[in-house]
Amino acid sequence: MILILEQLLNGLQYGVMLFLLAAGLTLIFGIMGVINLAHGSLYMVGAYAGTLAAGAVGNFWIGIPVALAVAAITGFAVEALVIRRLYARDHLDQVLATFALILLFNQAITWGIGRQPVFVTIPEGLAAPVELLPGLFYPPYRLVIIAAGLLVAFGLYLLINRTRIGMLVRAGATNRDMVRALGVDIRLLYTIVFGLGALLAGFAGYMAGPISAVQVGMGEQILLATFVVVVVGGVGSIKGAFVAGIGLGVVDTMLRAFLPGMLRAFMPASEADALGIGIASMGIYLLMALVLLVRPKGLFAAGG
Amino acid sequence: MNTRSTGVKTLGRRLGIVAIVLLLLVVPYLTDLIGGNATLSLITRILIYSIAAASLNFVLGYGGMISLGHAAFFGIGGYAVGLLFVHHGSDPLLGFIPGSNQLLVTIPAAVLISGLLALLIGALSLRTGGVQFIMITLAFAQMIFFFFVGLKAYGGEDGIIIRRTNEFLGLNMRDRVVLYYVVLGFWAVFMLALWRVINSSFGTVLKGIRQNERRMAALGFAPYKYKLWAFVLSGMGAGLSGALMANFLRFASPDMLHWTKSAALMTMVILGGVGSFFGPLLGTAAYLVLETELAAWTEYWQFWLGLILMAVVLGTKGGLNGLIARAAALLMRGRS
Repeated sequence: MILILEQLLNGLQYGVMLFLLAAGLTLIFGIMGVINLAHGSLYMVGAYAGTLAAGAVGNFWIGIPVALAVAAITGFAVEALVIRRLYARDHLDQVLATFALILLFNQAITWGIGRQPVFVTIPEGLAAPVELLPGLFYPPYRLVIIAAGLLVAFGLYLLINRTRIGMLVRAGATNRDMVRALGVDIRLLYTIVFGLGALLAGFAGYMAGPISAVQVGMGEQILLATFVVVVVGGVGSIKGAFVAGIGLGVVDTMLRAFLPGMLRAFMPASEADALGIGIASMGIYLLMALVLLVRPKGLFAAGG
Repeated sequence: MNTRSTGVKTLGRRLGIVAIVLLLLVVPYLTDLIGGNATLSLITRILIYSIAAASLNFVLGYGGMISLGHAAFFGIGGYAVGLLFVHHGSDPLLGFIPGSNQLLVTIPAAVLISGLLALLIGALSLRTGGVQFIMITLAFAQMIFFFFVGLKAYGGEDGIIIRRTNEFLGLNMRDRVVLYYVVLGFWAVFMLALWRVINSSFGTVLKGIRQNERRMAALGFAPYKYKLWAFVLSGMGAGLSGALMANFLRFASPDMLHWTKSAALMTMVILGGVGSFFGPLLGTAAYLVLETELAAWTEYWQFWLGLILMAVVLGTKGGLNGLIARAAALLMRGRS
């Protein structure tokens, strides 16, 4: 029971991470109509910038504003130089141009910083596990991630539902052309949305740093899962990204934690572990295929 | 005037094809002259990959279906050869499929199994469209990737080593020149078949669906059915390519199934020019030559590949094939 609770929290933490990435990606998809494979690269850029800055100063918290700023600036640059030329293109060109961006970012970081992963130390007060329930010890850092993620989700909810920009974003996700026809400066809106997405991705990247290594290729690992979240949740829907992010995060973590053990009842331990992890990795993709078969546009697609 | 220029065009085209075929036939002699065993391997790989690229181009360029999961069919083709080899001379696969090391058995088996897989994936994926289609094809390919990574009994992440290339009509398949001609034979048969399909009424309907699906439906063609069969044919082609590649490398691994392989195939198609018959061959050649040359020159070759890819996507219309066509048009105009 303790083990299940612990894995549930791990799943929640992973789900919050997925949500931070998926929220930006789903807006870029929904409003700008761009498939951005390079979203994972912004996650990686944020992680590197924050980790290096924190390492240089010796203070974990310094890393957060640096990660946010560098990721946002990189996002603005990418939008201005590449993405802006892709609005009118078909999906195929978008996939390939942003795939090229992945190659550029990965190689540039390998070139400039090297292949070795870099590390950041968690602030002392957050490292030692605390006892949440009798017998349930849990690292507080992960709780901070969960709390921060939920806070961001609430902030996004307010931004999207209570402000003028949020209104335009919702309108853009529902019917892009109509918003343009009404005389809204859509280009500015695009830049804001892309910058916001980059900001969230950079934040997620930096926060994930102490848990999973900061290294080249970290973006692609989580990118595919993020795409699954976006598609399952429905393109353009923050609510969908939240529900699907948390749900898939929990499902994925649970499968990874418990499937190998179940398979051990049927086969030798080493084979069971490998096959269990393999099938657990398939889990979210299988879930996405099932959701799309029932609802081809995802759970909460904007614009109907 | 008009008919004459199209007459010149077809004549030029036929001459071009004859020239390509003749050139491909004498490739081993040419590479022998410059003393490059590596060059012969490179050209063999170009031929093999171009089969997969042309298959992808068939759904992408002619059918308008953006599949980001063709590595699944490529990899399954490779694994079919690998699994049959492992079970050759030992217990049957799954208890009832006897293994084999005969190319005439393994290739049809690989094509059949990848066709069946494409039927399954296509039937489900084609219910969606747009972004969702891209993502669901990617998802299915990832599932198969993770399945084979987890399959420790067959090497898991390390894949299957195929100690000997499959036997074929008693030829000495260890000889790289012989292998080249065998690959060339399969390539020629494939390209001829593809040519027939593209120029058949089926191909015409498919092109019509890409241009306007609703209109084709109104004309009484069921788009879903046509797209599905096109997807299956494309999967079979990619499977053939994977089976040949497993024979060439004597190796089948999850690397063949990785999503970056799907993206690489797509890159080849784009480099050459989407929806043109010889575009994928050009694109594959460009991609593999670039990869080889850049990798020999710098460790960070992917950076330059990324830059070139970006330039092609943002800067050209119709890839290399389009570039050549425009250059030819300019030349013709200059002459007259």
